[in-house]
Amino acid sequence: MGYVKGLKCRECGKNYPVQAIYVCEYCFGSLEVDYDYDRLKKIVTRKHIESGPKSLWRYKDLLPIDGEPTVGFYSGFTPLVKAKRLAEELGVREIYIKDDSSCHPTLSFKDRVVAVALTKAKELGFDTVACASTGNLANAVAAHGAWAGLNRYIFIPHDLERAKVIGTLIYAPNLIMVRGNYDDVNRLCGEIAAKYRWGFVNINIRPYYAEGSKTFGYEVAEQLGWKTPDHLVCPAASGSLLTKIWKAFNEFHKLGLIDAVKTSLHCAQPEGCSPISDAILSGSEAIRPVKPKTLAKSLAIGNPADGYYARDAVLQSKGTAGIASDQEIVEGIQLLARTEGIFTETAGGVTVAVAKKLIEQGKIKKNQSIVIAITGNGLKTQEAIQSSVTGALEIEPQLKSFEEKVLNSCKS
Amino acid sequence: MAVKVRIPTPLQKLTQDKAEVEIKATSIHHLIQELDKSYPGIKQRICDEQGNLRRFVNVFLNEEDIRFLKKEQTPLKDGDEVSILPAIAGG
Repeated sequence: MGYVKGLKCRECGKNYPVQAIYVCEYCFGSLEVDYDYDRLKKIVTRKHIESGPKSLWRYKDLLPIDGEPTVGFYSGFTPLVKAKRLAEELGVREIYIKDDSSCHPTLSFKDRVVAVALTKAKELGFDTVACASTGNLANAVAAHGAWAGLNRYIFIPHDLERAKVIGTLIYAPNLIMVRGNYDDVNRLCGEIAAKYRWGFVNINIRPYYAEGSKTFGYEVAEQLGWKTPDHLVCPAASGSLLTKIWKAFNEFHKLGLIDAVKTSLHCAQPEGCSPISDAILSGSEAIRPVKPKTLAKSLAIGNPADGYYARDAVLQSKGTAGIASDQEIVEGIQLLARTEGIFTETAGGVTVAVAKKLIEQGKIKKNQSIVIAITGNGLKTQEAIQSSVTGALEIEPQLKSFEEKVLNSCKS
Repeated sequence: MAVKVRIPTPLQKLTQDKAEVEIKATSIHHLIQELDKSYPGIKQRICDEQGNLRRFVNVFLNEEDIRFLKKEQTPLKDGDEVSILPAIAGG
């Protein structure tokens, strides 16, 4: 048995038993999993976690499942890469890349949330799962769902990157391309979920699904040697990952696994879809929805469900926010690849670009430790950079041609 | 002026499990009052003490978020479709 007490409304605190619901009947606040921390404190130790599997399931006791995990045995526990060259280039002492561009099996942090969501969906008795997605979630639900033998209905905006479409279709789900943006897809799925009793991972399974994101934060803390960094720069779409990283750090502290959390969390969003960053930077009370227009399609959520919680986490942590233009996103992707050999997708370009800005603005001090959250893989968003990466040399299969065209024209 | 209103799962207990209801109203504000007359309790669920829509409630008129229109003052006409939805996560 797990350590879940039930679900609790994040707004009014009303309690509910574990079931496939996601919103408080009384105030429409979203529901969050509530754990028995007193019991957890007795069993969760550093040693206990370190002896677990090399996947997100090493934190099983802190995740909302009752039995043993049944999905995503190899997801998570991605590398925390010490980024020496990037740190030198940006003139700071210590940067780490938390690299979920290598997450198994679909190369984004969504493998974490889906591992938890589908394990829970099976526990709740669903044989059909569904999601609304900007691409990465689609890939993950399609793949993990195939492995778990579940029926899958996946809804995406019609104009996603080719690799995200093919990277979903290959697992043979029902893929539905909706003529509209992600917010349109989400609204439609909200209506479908009200009518059809499927396990929608981001709707009625959401309280459980979202908990999977905590493992990103747990891993950062564990891999840094059971401490949290001075700064963590995190991309935001719905704002859920950022919120859950903050929760993860604070849970670890609550359980006595790490010292007090002094990390400043910073929110990175693209220009053309930055409702959370805008609210943080302007001090606005309301988060105003926008119509997204950005290269970073995985972050193109104009009406962020966890926007308020992400904003609150940033402010509590004394962090700030940044916004990256399309050009800066491309440069960010290139900078990370050139210095660290990591090819991230557009969301990662946003995060790198914002980290660079915050350093340049002095909001991140040069002698402090920084973690940059890289959540997805660049092979999925090649359209975004294809016109910026040119310069391959074509030669005849002759030594002479090689010497003429390569040795004489290359710099070093 | 009859408007079709799609009711989200958490409110269907108040509408006798109906996922869709018809209401006569001239604006979103008016619609909420009328909904509450037919299905008492709905307003309290979706509006705060000041009577404003709660921040996690999304209202759509013919697929468009009313925050991009005239918010609660958005006018309604015969045959319009209104959808009330809680905020949804994802990505």
